[in-house]
Amino acid sequence: MEICRQDDALQISDLDPFLAELLRQIPESTNPDGAPAAEARLFSRPSAEKKICAEWKSYVEPELRRLFRSATETVTDDLTQLNGNEKSLSNCILHIPIAHADAWLNTLNQARLVIAAKYKFSDEELNDHDRSPIGSRRDLGLFQVNFYGFLQEFILREISG
Amino acid sequence: MSAVNAGQLEKGSTSTVEAPIKEKETRGEEELDVPWQVVVHNDPVNLMTYVTMVFQRVFGYPREKAERHMLEVHQKGRSILWSGVREPAEFYVQQLHGYLLLATLEKVG
Repeated sequence: MEICRQDDALQISDLDPFLAELLRQIPESTNPDGAPAAEARLFSRPSAEKKICAEWKSYVEPELRRLFRSATETVTDDLTQLNGNEKSLSNCILHIPIAHADAWLNTLNQARLVIAAKYKFSDEELNDHDRSPIGSRRDLGLFQVNFYGFLQEFILREISG
Repeated sequence: MSAVNAGQLEKGSTSTVEAPIKEKETRGEEELDVPWQVVVHNDPVNLMTYVTMVFQRVFGYPREKAERHMLEVHQKGRSILWSGVREPAEFYVQQLHGYLLLATLEKVG
């Protein structure tokens, strides 16, 4: 896989089927359904005071849900470029417009937080970037967290000049 | 997301409006605008570079100051990013949650 900046877009090329599948799974990975810990992490308590939390749930949380959904929809639309024959992936280039960079950063962060909450990764596991091979769904989850983090780092570097 | 200039808000929050003593006695604690602080807590998932960028955007802090706060969060578990009256503090916490940072609103003291 190669990733580079090309004018007003980031380009990911030379994708192998495995990494392409991980990219396709970004939107789905943001879904905290069935994992209360993940839901609690995406919508964390703003205060120890009950009154503030109650107001927050009524007025702020719906806004946050809209914000996260909008970002995820932008990423989902960009990822339609990866639809098609797996054999043609090597020639496929994923263009991410710089204008979509914030949506990607947000969605990748949602996905990383949800996966990490679902698998309850420890600090040690999250800092172990050389862990291999992938022998379980949990290992794959950790790989996803690191891979999505790598994409975040690249996007951050490009938008911060 | 647009960012409110923290410097302006800090300046604004230091001014006090003198109210009649009688009125003060009948006000609730919230109305007295007790100082609040915006606290960001450590989360091992969020990237350090991402947290720094968020502090720069939300508070308008220069990179060096944003990095100092990021490192404080990373090393001490939490950092106080801003303090002042409640309304802008709530706004900051809302923005930080929009970036998926662990942030809380706390009364000072």
